[in-house]
Amino acid sequence: MEHVVIIGNGISGVTVARHIRKNSDKKITIVSAETDYFFSRTALMYIYMGHMKFEHTQPYENSFWKKNRIELKKGFVETVETESKTLRFAGGDTLQYDKLVIATGSKPNKFGWPGQDLDGAQGLYSKQDLDSIERNAPDNKTCKRAVIVGGGLIGIELAEMLNSRSIPVTFLVREDSFWNGVLPKGESAMINRHIKNHHIDLRLSTNLKEIKSDENGKVKSIVITETGEEIECNVVGLTAGVAPNIDFIKTSNIETNRGVLVNRQLETNIPDVYAIGDCAEQRDGGIGQRRPIEAVWYTGRMMGEVLAQTICGNPLEYKPGHWFNSAKFLDIEYQTYGWVFADRGRPEYEEHFHWIHEDDTKCITVAYHKDTKQFLGINTFGIRMRHETFDRWLTEKRDVDYVIKNLPEANFDPEFYKHFEKDILASYNKQLQTV
Amino acid sequence: MSNKIDHSMSLASPDALNITTKQKIALAFGLIGLFILVLALFNVDFPNRAVFLTLSLGLVIGGTIVYSREAYLTKLEGIKNDGVWFKSLTSRGVLGWSLGIVLTVFYIVLYFFPALLGLGTNGEANTGLIALFDPLSNLLSGNNASQWFVYGTLYTVAILAFGYKFMLKYRHNRYQQLRTGSVMFFQTAFAFVIPELMARLNSDDFSLPYNDLKNMWPLNYYAFDQWRVDQFINAQTVGLFFLILGVVMVFVISPYLTYKYGKRWYCSWVCGCGGLAETAGDSFRQLSNKGVKAWKFERWMINSVLVFSIVTTVAVISTYLGYDSEKYWFTKNAFLISIGVFLTLLLAGILYYKRKELNKSAFRGAIGYYILTIAFLVFYSFFDLSQIKIDASYFSFGLNQNTYSFDSGLRSFYGFGIGSIFSGVIGTGFYPILGNRAWCRMGCPMATIMGIQQRLFSKFRITTNGGQCISCGNCSNSCEMGIDVRAYAQKGENIVRSSCVGCGVCSAVCPRGVLKLENDSMDGRINPTEVLLGNDVDLMDLLNKN
Repeated sequence: MEHVVIIGNGISGVTVARHIRKNSDKKITIVSAETDYFFSRTALMYIYMGHMKFEHTQPYENSFWKKNRIELKKGFVETVETESKTLRFAGGDTLQYDKLVIATGSKPNKFGWPGQDLDGAQGLYSKQDLDSIERNAPDNKTCKRAVIVGGGLIGIELAEMLNSRSIPVTFLVREDSFWNGVLPKGESAMINRHIKNHHIDLRLSTNLKEIKSDENGKVKSIVITETGEEIECNVVGLTAGVAPNIDFIKTSNIETNRGVLVNRQLETNIPDVYAIGDCAEQRDGGIGQRRPIEAVWYTGRMMGEVLAQTICGNPLEYKPGHWFNSAKFLDIEYQTYGWVFADRGRPEYEEHFHWIHEDDTKCITVAYHKDTKQFLGINTFGIRMRHETFDRWLTEKRDVDYVIKNLPEANFDPEFYKHFEKDILASYNKQLQTV
Repeated sequence: MSNKIDHSMSLASPDALNITTKQKIALAFGLIGLFILVLALFNVDFPNRAVFLTLSLGLVIGGTIVYSREAYLTKLEGIKNDGVWFKSLTSRGVLGWSLGIVLTVFYIVLYFFPALLGLGTNGEANTGLIALFDPLSNLLSGNNASQWFVYGTLYTVAILAFGYKFMLKYRHNRYQQLRTGSVMFFQTAFAFVIPELMARLNSDDFSLPYNDLKNMWPLNYYAFDQWRVDQFINAQTVGLFFLILGVVMVFVISPYLTYKYGKRWYCSWVCGCGGLAETAGDSFRQLSNKGVKAWKFERWMINSVLVFSIVTTVAVISTYLGYDSEKYWFTKNAFLISIGVFLTLLLAGILYYKRKELNKSAFRGAIGYYILTIAFLVFYSFFDLSQIKIDASYFSFGLNQNTYSFDSGLRSFYGFGIGSIFSGVIGTGFYPILGNRAWCRMGCPMATIMGIQQRLFSKFRITTNGGQCISCGNCSNSCEMGIDVRAYAQKGENIVRSSCVGCGVCSAVCPRGVLKLENDSMDGRINPTEVLLGNDVDLMDLLNKN
């Protein structure tokens, strides 16, 4: 019986395992050094905030794995020997595979800041990171202030977490507005204001120079590059993005760049070795307008769905549909369908219609082609919208007029919520007249 | 996990969860209000009961209002679940267990030892706690209070005070606000004020039973007891109206509304049990068990209670139709046959038209319970139940020495086991242990009927939003009915579950906007998928069609 070994028990690894089981009788082993069972990484923040306990973040009951004959092995893979198809573990034991799936995810970026490895300086990615933030910042007496470095999705989640325990937060963002490499100006500015409303000390255009240590090797303070200001703190959150977690592969003959290089079928340069999820890098560049490395929950899942077909004898390419994503910035939900670019990297043909509600917690940006008026994508904040509807409109290549006029069809807010489609339409018509 | 952090039994919590000075004062006022009730319970004779009762209830309500305003209005609108698994009260810690024990004891005393609360027996005046409520009862109905009046008042106060708190907690969510306003209204008007005022109409030659219009059979298991039916019939037009309304509610109004909106129209918009669970019980919703074992137990338990309630009600009705047939329109056998025919047609229709939606265990369970029910009907038709005597001491460890006829024995056992112990002592007393909907989930026979309909003949579903789910588990965690919502959402599958009461909290807490409660066409309502929206179109077609 063919033995499929999957390194990594995150969403990618678990999805490929589940789908292989649905389609075959192969022996399946999932290896992880992080936790015994699959948990939802995206929910780590809610454990610290007390919304859930760790076991609630596990989507399957512990009995699920045995019932589905998926073996779980806890261990840290040190080397992969592709000639003999052998994994060598930190403890010295080995495991033979017939097919190998690398799904080891990411690790937080560290850009060589002085003091970045001090006790109290940490990212927020793994279960171990959660345990260490719980240790370093259990309350606002132990942690009198925390500084977060890096204005992205994990940074703002970490800020929300610390805020829930009344720990004062200083939030250093390199850009001149929050996440404006991704969000258009109006949206980014609204989130800046929302962050400040939560009494988070947001510092824009601010870089970290160094992290200073006390006599015990613990974080004592940080220094800001631009002003030289020193801020005392007990925790430094390093949340300037993530990078593929593939150090253990570097010694093997599996080809890597930033991530493990794969073709469209998610195969590496070595036969019977595949890579999926955050750690995989598309060899020929990103698919469509996607990036070559997609560190997103659902792309990991989709790659798992596709690869299971290939491994079970139905070779398929990874061909993701229209781009979408979502996030939550403190109290404001964000969804995106299709492509809406920020100022940076925006194609010259892309034009935007922007609407913002007077309460400053809801807005949308619709991107369209300036000549053909084709609808390209939408960002929506504080209003839920229907994935299925936008996916269809994107496939049908609807124009922007159609989309704005039919917005009520896409609304996904709970019943009895106030609707803003009329406002949006009025604002759209007004803007067109003035153009 | 070896390094699992368990806060629940700890008395020291993270600092942020400490309450403000204003909240401490509000809490103190509320506790003083409760303390007045405790003093009354221990027979402190208050000089002016009306003043002290008003003071007590006013302090409880006022304290809750001030506390909630400080808790929610000082923060931005949004989800307010910080620390629910850290707080001792809401995570089965010391405070949670203590409250559970206090509530359980209260229910036991209320149901079985009302004299301890000060109920005057044999025409004596009330004393203690019940006497404290006499002025209010006199104001409304013109009679002195009973233990049920005290309970009804406290119940209504709890729904109003904590309903206000819940509305502030979800002040960004109109669905939550409207349905909370609705349960507050139905409790206050239909379950409390109107029936009390209607008692004023009663005289020597006219009397109506205490009638909470919204409380339908089989949740109201005594709806068709002989004394009630007789009172309704004797009260002529008005009484007949209520009696017929009671039947129409069960067979017409409820099925229609459940078809249009799902069982939420009742469970989380109207029902008193649901009302208390959604307001005073909201803090405990995360405690329901989401495991597969709990679900299996739930399926057997709740369907068994329904069968029990049908068998009991039919026994009671057929018995009085048997010995008093000239008084009613139905004879005993006509009644039994029509029930048998109705159940047979209903089951045959479901098995034929919905055969694809029933799995093997549902099929077997339905057939098994059908045969059992019909066997009871046949048994009833051949025997005069009033002549079969049962010595209760065999079934009660000697605690109950009475002898019952078969029908009233069944009725008493149902009233005791289901009506008092299950719905009251366990259902509400165990809020801090089992979660706030243990009764609704495991025991309510009306929830069972509406649930079967919701699963098979309703427009209601919870829609999932394409591929946006991140499996975080906030939805499952906050489901008071113990539904593993995430299991559906992460597969992109709509949630169509008989137990869902449509509270909408899963949708509210979802950080990615994945869940929406909707009423829409029956077609495609149940949509199991292999691959979610967003992946390759060809792959989706290939796998989802298989």
